[in-house]
Amino acid sequence: MEPVTQVSGRAYPWGAKNVDTDVIIPARWLKTITREGLGQHAFETVRAQPDNIFDDPRYAGAPILVAGDNFGCGSSREHAAWALADMGVKAVIAPSFSDIFSGNAFKNGIVTVALPQDAIDRLVEVAADQPLTVDLETMTVTTPFQDRFTFSLDPFRRRCLMEGLDEIGLTLARDTEISKFESGLAEDRPWIARESGYEGITIEGAGRT
Amino acid sequence: MAQPLTLYEKIWNAHVVERRDDGTCLIYIDRHLVHEVTSPQAFEGLRAAGRKVRRPDLTLAVPDHNLPTTARIDAAGHRLPIADPESAQQLAALERNTAEFGIDYIDATAPEQGIVHVIGPELGFTLPGSTLVCGDSHTSAHGALGALAFGIGTSEVEHVLATQTLMLSQSKTMEVRVDGTLGFGVSAKDVILAIIGKIGAAGGTGHVIEYTGEVIRGLSIEGRLTIANMSIEGGARAGLIAPDETTFAYLKSRPMAPRGKDWEKAVAWWKTLPTDAGARYDKSVTLDATDIAPSLTWGTSPEDVVSITGAVPDPESFADPSKRVAARKSLDYMGLTPGTRMQDVPVQHVFIGSCTNSRIEDLRAAAEVATGRHVADGVRALVVPGSGLVKRQAEAEGLDRIFAEAGFEWREPGCSMCLAMNPDKVPAGERCASTSNRNFVGRQGPGSRTHLVSPAMAAAAAVTGKLSDVRELMR
Repeated sequence: MEPVTQVSGRAYPWGAKNVDTDVIIPARWLKTITREGLGQHAFETVRAQPDNIFDDPRYAGAPILVAGDNFGCGSSREHAAWALADMGVKAVIAPSFSDIFSGNAFKNGIVTVALPQDAIDRLVEVAADQPLTVDLETMTVTTPFQDRFTFSLDPFRRRCLMEGLDEIGLTLARDTEISKFESGLAEDRPWIARESGYEGITIEGAGRT
Repeated sequence: MAQPLTLYEKIWNAHVVERRDDGTCLIYIDRHLVHEVTSPQAFEGLRAAGRKVRRPDLTLAVPDHNLPTTARIDAAGHRLPIADPESAQQLAALERNTAEFGIDYIDATAPEQGIVHVIGPELGFTLPGSTLVCGDSHTSAHGALGALAFGIGTSEVEHVLATQTLMLSQSKTMEVRVDGTLGFGVSAKDVILAIIGKIGAAGGTGHVIEYTGEVIRGLSIEGRLTIANMSIEGGARAGLIAPDETTFAYLKSRPMAPRGKDWEKAVAWWKTLPTDAGARYDKSVTLDATDIAPSLTWGTSPEDVVSITGAVPDPESFADPSKRVAARKSLDYMGLTPGTRMQDVPVQHVFIGSCTNSRIEDLRAAAEVATGRHVADGVRALVVPGSGLVKRQAEAEGLDRIFAEAGFEWREPGCSMCLAMNPDKVPAGERCASTSNRNFVGRQGPGSRTHLVSPAMAAAAAVTGKLSDVRELMR
């Protein structure tokens, strides 16, 4: 993953609440087996409306999106984060995010910045014609007008974003600890391990629903 | 005396592999369900890095999201091709990936195939006190059996496949207590709709909900699955219900459930899991069952809930200005006028199915309303069992004949009309009474209009041709 320390540039001044993952990328575009190319279908239902901000030339290619409460609610589809990344969005600023979406965004190098509603209102106003800056070093969002909003981020996520770390690689390095846990598991909760090779419902007790 | 703990804290503590200085924990995952839509890129990632699946035995795969719900084999027993090339490609990828990585795979034509959240509990793959994940947000459903279960993204699917763990921060806890006794004609679906109406679509964000109270205790596992399933619609990544005798009776001798001495040992441990007296939740909400009527949604967020005896709200009646804007947009999309009685709204489609409401009790409730009646003119009504085992059971009980005689279509198991990823869709501008979980813009197809309802209410809408109070048909 590419390290991120700062995202700076124009921002879509949207502010919409409860933006769900079906709005970010409708389910019919999920039949892909790669991560690329979803940006063209992002916000399809919004873009069907005349004068929408996603087709406004002022914000074309903006790296920041400012939205309302509960951004990314709904499905677990990482395609929502892939679609945003594919359209060039590197940071989303909103009062709150769905837990699954913020995890997915983080894993794709997208910074999710939670700020109070009054800060969002101000950023929507400023972003209409000015750029914004999200800085992970200082943990602030700033505008050309001396606005300065401080945010917080899970320290582990912040480090991974800033250093561009591969989380799976990090966890695989803890193999000794995981193996030790599994030995304890086999002892304490032996019913968790399963025989692979499910034979089907010929097994006694099946067919009850 | 040890500090009293919640059910969530007990399960969490039992799965900590390692605690980091910043408080995040490496959490062991006991069960991983995989389907065709959110897994191809995860397997591709493993392949690219030359990584293996750490515990294939804790992993189970089944296709559900984009499988058509029409016949899958012809009269000669041959598998029928999938018309949509992209769906076919994704389904083939799952079959290929599970074979390559040695994961148990339930084929589209197997009798146990079904929606991932229906087959997990019914096969006994889902167990109390376990951690269970799947690349699907409705994984919260499995919390009905007391499993800490939540949806994950594809990068996390890859992480679990490779390491059998996830790096997580502990969530806050929220108790949702439903006291009293449910009224006539009120189901588990009405309870969860009422809960989401009360807490809002973001009410549970950052929290794991535990559902408690007399009403929850009195529900069957099927009803509990409906409740826990929609935790995510209230913003909570997971919803838990403490395991009890109902849970143990449901699980005993299911194909993948523990047996013999393991069963005894498991039950003994499961009995220690319920929240201790005096344990504290970060947030608590209480509902009185007598206030809950058969309910449905009017807008495009699952928090837009109204009683069937109510009317379409006036956007100007909301105190929050952003809610007023959202409501105006919703009503415009839904083609509804403020003040219209919900019972005066005609529907063209009825969908009975999805991981929320496609289990045997759901089908029985719908069949009871459909018995001796007929689907109204101009209405298309689909009944899609959640799994092959549910379908077989329903057919053994004669429910398929009741539905067929009443003019409902009886389909093969899958996600169907819940999410417009397969041929079952609601056309633009048309309206559907649906037992699914999301009424988002375009969810059931571009321009589709969704009203979330219980199975009995869906059947009532089918036979009357409009949104209806099922209690009028049950008397």
